[in-house]
Amino acid sequence: MQEKSTKEPLIKTVGLKKSFGELCVLDGVSVDIFEGEKVVVIGPSGSGKSTFLRCLNRLETPTDGAIYFEGNELTPTTDLEEYRKKMGMVFQHFNLFPHLTVLKNITLAAVEARLHEKKKKKLKISKRQIKAEEKARAMKLLTRIGLQDKADAYPSTLSGGQKQRIAIVRALAVGPKVMLFDEPTSALDPEMVGEVLSLMKELADEGMTMIVVTHEMRFAREVATRVLFMDAGKIVADGPPESIFGAPKDERLKSFLAKVL
Amino acid sequence: MMLTLLNAKTLAERFRSAFIVDERWLLYLNGLKNTLIIALLAVVIGILLGFLIAAVVYTKKKTGKLKILSFVCNIYVTIIRGTPVVLQLFIMYFIVLATMKNGILVGGITFGLNSAAYVSEIARAGLESIDEGQMEAGRSLGLSYSKTMLKIILPQALRNIIPALFNEFITLVKETSVAGYVGILELGKVPGLIQSRTFDYLFPLLIASVMYLVVVYLLTLVEKVIEKILAKSDRSAGNVKITGGRKKCKKKAQKSLS
Ligand SMILES: Nc1ncnc2c1ncn2[C@@H]1O[C@H](COP(=O)(O)OP(=O)(O)OP(=O)(O)O)[C@@H](O)[C@H]1O
Ligand SMILES: [Mg+2]
Repeated sequence: MQEKSTKEPLIKTVGLKKSFGELCVLDGVSVDIFEGEKVVVIGPSGSGKSTFLRCLNRLETPTDGAIYFEGNELTPTTDLEEYRKKMGMVFQHFNLFPHLTVLKNITLAAVEARLHEKKKKKLKISKRQIKAEEKARAMKLLTRIGLQDKADAYPSTLSGGQKQRIAIVRALAVGPKVMLFDEPTSALDPEMVGEVLSLMKELADEGMTMIVVTHEMRFAREVATRVLFMDAGKIVADGPPESIFGAPKDERLKSFLAKVL
Repeated sequence: MMLTLLNAKTLAERFRSAFIVDERWLLYLNGLKNTLIIALLAVVIGILLGFLIAAVVYTKKKTGKLKILSFVCNIYVTIIRGTPVVLQLFIMYFIVLATMKNGILVGGITFGLNSAAYVSEIARAGLESIDEGQMEAGRSLGLSYSKTMLKIILPQALRNIIPALFNEFITLVKETSVAGYVGILELGKVPGLIQSRTFDYLFPLLIASVMYLVVVYLLTLVEKVIEKILAKSDRSAGNVKITGGRKKCKKKAQKSLS
């Protein structure tokens, strides 16, 4: 734990702000997130949790403040496509591509990324070879989550739990360094929550850096190395789960926990 | 008068001179062929340009970029939709493309440019029917805006509007009949041509009408089959189907979106 502070954070935000017109949703968020950390973000509805995640991978452009990734500040000239490949995102409503098979869902971005690289670096490898390699990788990922026989199925034929696990695998296929989850189990029937959470737990155990917005407090207790409590666009409490859940000091955090626990 | 009109023998004679004599049926077939070529050319141009316009307008709406281009597109659509197609045809045939010898090509281009304005409205409704999460998912995977558009948004939008696009083609088959005004030899022009030789309009008009009717009816059947196939392979839950062309399309699309 101690050595952390000497390392460079993977993600660092400084005074991050986001407003929609008059509405100030993020009001100066400064946080350092280190490699290997599993950060769970909790907070009341509308406190800016989703907006925070969406600012991190720049689906939303912050109004003010700075984001550093691996020590480099994001500037208007940063190649956002390259940046986003290092940051997988999992959405509440899965957002699988309904017109593509499961396999294509997983390989599409990875293949495009490698074709882009091939062009840029003038690599010799053929398009066909890239496709074959990515397909093999995707099949491995699918096998891992036990859905290899769904490779040629279309998303609409899958259960919610299956869809979300495939969405996770799709994000992994691009090779991210950190995974962002925005309420990944909120749209699921209760009996499917477990399978998604256990896949996320596996990822965590493998050392993936994760930032997870969730209302699953048990997951937070068991998996998180750190919990952020957000309220009104600010990080109000930040600490290991034991202290956040065991000995909450902030009044707003106390009343929030009283409601959700 | 009535009597001569119904006189079977003269009727047969009149039909013969309208259709058989001098292999005049070839004129109808040739006219039909040209009509279909013009309509096909027009629908291809219409879809390509229409989608381009829709993509520009959609991009402006979503990202605030392409302001000027989007403004130009809106003006274009307004002008095309606000003026009669016959005048557009005259302008193209006698002024803009006056040097072009091939009338069928001029017709195809004119109706294509016209159709693009209508297709762009259909296509825009199609693009807007796609969930925002699709674009976000694409971008979050590191795909560029244009790649996401091309690989994720457009295919789904296209699928939702295939019936409406086919309907546009059917409309074009009939609408291109005004191309005869500038002397293009399409099916609608043939009756006048034959009348100028036989001084009899009855059968030429009847025959041409029946030909339009049959072609349009057959195309409607094809459309039904396409719709059935699409419905069967409807893999995406909650897909929005956008039907209708021309005047109908906008209202219907809006209804299905709300
Ligand atoms: N694109 C937008 N335009 C305008 N307002 C927005 C937009 N996105 C979010 N907001 C507003 O910002 C506020 C915070 O939203 P956000 O989604 O970040 O909250 P949240 O903490 O994720 O809440 P929840 O738990 O309900 O998901 C809300 O009031 C929301 O209405
Ligand atoms: Mg949210």
